[in-house]
Amino acid sequence: MQHVSPIREPLVTGGKTYHDVTEDVCRQVEAKPNARWAAALAVALVGLAIFIYSTYRTLWYGIGEWGLNKTVGWAWDITNFVWWVGIGHAGTLISAILLLFRQKWRTSINRAAEAMTIFAVICAAMFPVLHMGRPWLAYWVLPLPNTFGSLWVNFNSPLLWDVFAISTYFSVSLVFWYIGLIPDFATIRDRATGPIARRAYAVLSMGWTGSAKAWSRHETISLILAGLCTPLVLSVHTIVSMDFATSVIPGWHTTIFPPYFVAGAIFSGFAMVLTLMIITRKVFKLEDYITLEHVESMNKVIILTGSIVGVAYITEFFIAWYSGVEYEQYAFINRATGPYWWAYWSMMTCNVITPQLFWFRSIRRSLTATFIISIFVNIGMWFERFVIIVTSLHRDFLPSSWAMFSPTIIDIGVYVGTIGLFFTLFLLFAKFFPVINMFEVKSILKSSSEVKHHPNGAMHGTNKDSHTNTHP
Amino acid sequence: MTKKFVLGIYDDEDVLLQAIENVRAAGTKIYEVFSPYPIHGIDDVLGIKRSRLPIVAFFCGLFGMSFALWMQIWMLGFDWPMIIGGKPHIALPAFIPVTFELTVLCSAFGMVITFFIVTKLKPSLKVNVFDKRSTDDKYVMAIEVKEGVTDISALNNLLRSNGAIEVNEKEVTK
Repeated sequence: MQHVSPIREPLVTGGKTYHDVTEDVCRQVEAKPNARWAAALAVALVGLAIFIYSTYRTLWYGIGEWGLNKTVGWAWDITNFVWWVGIGHAGTLISAILLLFRQKWRTSINRAAEAMTIFAVICAAMFPVLHMGRPWLAYWVLPLPNTFGSLWVNFNSPLLWDVFAISTYFSVSLVFWYIGLIPDFATIRDRATGPIARRAYAVLSMGWTGSAKAWSRHETISLILAGLCTPLVLSVHTIVSMDFATSVIPGWHTTIFPPYFVAGAIFSGFAMVLTLMIITRKVFKLEDYITLEHVESMNKVIILTGSIVGVAYITEFFIAWYSGVEYEQYAFINRATGPYWWAYWSMMTCNVITPQLFWFRSIRRSLTATFIISIFVNIGMWFERFVIIVTSLHRDFLPSSWAMFSPTIIDIGVYVGTIGLFFTLFLLFAKFFPVINMFEVKSILKSSSEVKHHPNGAMHGTNKDSHTNTHP
Repeated sequence: MTKKFVLGIYDDEDVLLQAIENVRAAGTKIYEVFSPYPIHGIDDVLGIKRSRLPIVAFFCGLFGMSFALWMQIWMLGFDWPMIIGGKPHIALPAFIPVTFELTVLCSAFGMVITFFIVTKLKPSLKVNVFDKRSTDDKYVMAIEVKEGVTDISALNNLLRSNGAIEVNEKEVTK
């Protein structure tokens, strides 16, 4: 129900019918795993093994296995936590915010992006839990009655807000994702030939039949969930930024943090979506669904959010000077010219300069360039968090306690390990779940696809209804 | 108990919408319509009322908000008051984030659980799908056959004259 301009590129190419959509998406779910997928899973499992080993060392010997010291008490762990949570934000932006804005190009990428959100939040959650040192007492962060001899939790603390924000974000995203998956599981169930597949997808599809009443309710709750997820996703990174902003550390104590972190989160998340999608569309031959139009749209979001992040960096620097606070000024001069200058300039190059190349249409539409730039953004955003956290801490108020941070092999192992965990989960998802939202793609097929032929001869690309209904 | 249905299979949503209107105008009660994706405008022609799930979401959210505020005020204000950072015991601005998160959590879960209950969705191995193509690329209109009342051949003609590509009969054991 939207107006589609005739000059707009079709969202689905190749003249697909409804049945073709089902076939193309179900193919990899039904086929035997191919060699490339198995090879990728093997690499990811090596990463997972590294994660398990590093976690074991961290738990058995304690946080002393990490490179933290008295001055730099937060380093890679919190950097990785913020990095992963940020990556997750793109999935919710695509599935919720773009749904509210009725951006139809989201339909073919929202499933995988939302899966990415869930897996990224799982990876993120590992870090604060491990950093507790005694993760088996993690339930102490919950407001439980004080029969343990402790008090109630401190509701004034942003770290506690984070507990609520991350767990709500994870569970609501999971539910939103699952609600969207139910009709597609039903499609796979009705095609399944093997007894195990039929049973498994029957259970997962919750007995979905696709009746008109069920669809009506399904659409209603999807819209409401999108409406709930939109402020939720903004609140999550806002609260993450308050972990820093409400403290009195120079370089952290700034009011720009919430919007700057949210923009950065979406920026890094879109980069990760692009990294994953460019590979997925190739491996599973989904080029007709995830087209250059999609890549270009995502690249436009990257320029916007990347520029917001760039402006935020410059604003922070300006305000440090303008505030007249010497510690604040020192923190920023030290970031750019101190011992961690290389981290600062890596961040600046990767986040501020490289995405600006997307102003050129040919670069926005080049898969190779997009893939390379998306990797740059992923790296740059990791450095952003590292710069914010470590450079602000390593030279604190007393020069006698100044220190440097260097990661141990276990620090690196936990980080690389979560990447392994992430890809293990993503590859399993890509094999057993429909990576493209079939029913949503089918619902836009009539108004926005390159349809060459139809039995009734009623539709050609943009058909009559897409012009008559200009109001949503 | 066995119920018998006549299924009209369609392959175009516009034809289906017109057919629903004509079939209903002819005085035939439609048991259910199945489609592979949500069809816009089908609610109006089938006479489906707007879902009240948003109201459920609102009240669950209201519950979540009240619960969160009560919990924080009671715990830090009354049960075990402590001075934290020189702030008042009941520091409302600091309670907003947790209140917001619990509002969203209760609203989303309350609504989704209600959706599962009212739509009768639950994990089960046996699923009564009238025609398996309705989750792929066909639209299925199901009309219940009442023994001795329904004239099947007339129904067949009605469905076919309204663009059904196939008309089948199906018995379903409930």
